Amino acid sequence: MAMKEMTEPGAIMRSELGRVRGLGTARSGAGHWWAQRLTAAALVPLAVWFVLSLLAHLGANGVAMAHWAGRPWNSVLLLALLIALFRHLALGLQVVIEDYVHDEGAKLVGVSVMKGVLVLLWLAAVVAVLKLAFAA
Amino acid sequence: MANFSLPANSRVTAGRKHKAPAGAKRVMPFHIYRWSPDEGQNPRYDTYEIDLDTCGPMVLDALIKIKNEIDSTLTFRRSCREGICGSCAMNIDGTNTLACLKPIAEVKEAVRITPLPHLPVVKDLVPSLEQVYAQYRSIEPWLKAESPAPPDGERLQSKEERAKLDGMWECILCFCCSTACPSYWWNGDRYLGPAVLLASYRWIADSRDEATGERLDALEDPFRLYRCHTIMNCTETCPKGLNPARAIGRIKQMIAERKA
Repeated sequence: MAMKEMTEPGAIMRSELGRVRGLGTARSGAGHWWAQRLTAAALVPLAVWFVLSLLAHLGANGVAMAHWAGRPWNSVLLLALLIALFRHLALGLQVVIEDYVHDEGAKLVGVSVMKGVLVLLWLAAVVAVLKLAFAA
Repeated sequence: MANFSLPANSRVTAGRKHKAPAGAKRVMPFHIYRWSPDEGQNPRYDTYEIDLDTCGPMVLDALIKIKNEIDSTLTFRRSCREGICGSCAMNIDGTNTLACLKPIAEVKEAVRITPLPHLPVVKDLVPSLEQVYAQYRSIEPWLKAESPAPPDGERLQSKEERAKLDGMWECILCFCCSTACPSYWWNGDRYLGPAVLLASYRWIADSRDEATGERLDALEDPFRLYRCHTIMNCTETCPKGLNPARAIGRIKQMIAERKA
């Protein structure tokens, strides 16, 4: 895209091919792409189960809900839901940040902070489910 | 950040108006993007009123008529005028297409023409294709084989092997698809774009090519390949009716396959 004269500041003298080849290929991205699809597929049955379970407990009190969440299979499915949900969320938000934030520093900070916050939220949710599971 | 609005010096202003000749019955206005690097001004839309009774049926016919009869300064690329060279790719009525294949009759009120989106403009409807050509060069679009060709003839393919290239060899590299892709708009410096990925898959799918693995290696990158978010603008806009999105999907599939 070197449309400037070569003497101008910021002029790009590198050949277009050299610039396009850039730092070469990262040899990754397939894992990210596959994990996004796998978690999406897992979320379909898990989300349906979760929403149906909540609907079945409309009007139930806290004790009943804690008892429901503490039953072994419910705890397992809740943990699976949390893994798929937070992994999918992190992968998707990473793509959004990479798409729109072009400053390398801001991109790195953005992705790191986003993932850090999600890990904390995820751990909090996991601890909550485990407490209910072991309290039952 | 990605730029979501035009910089001040790219905002398009109102331009000159060229009236239709007196007595013209079927008049169609053409609003055409004009910008010249020599004038140091913002781009503008000039309006040319064309008498469709004295003009050929395609948008390219109107552009040639304008250049010949009304305003010789109008600058655009054209060559074959039959959809095989890809030169007259531009944005017509909001969609990237070839001016020579776009009937004026398909446009309802006024024909608005701008250069292919998100490329630097050289002049008027002529965009700089330096980057897309370099990206095409970077995928090494030629047959790579270590086995020597048979001494008595060419490298053979079965009918089935040859059929795998259908829908790809027809690409004329007009880059309507790449410049219609939002992902290419935001990350065109690193994402190869649908046209170049389709071209790459044309060689990946070629039974005579022996560099399939290397070609997949070169594409396996979060930006070069995986910026494709299956938005499908590429397939929607292709003036040759090709499906770059499917080719990109196949590349992703093959990369997943070799890891399994």
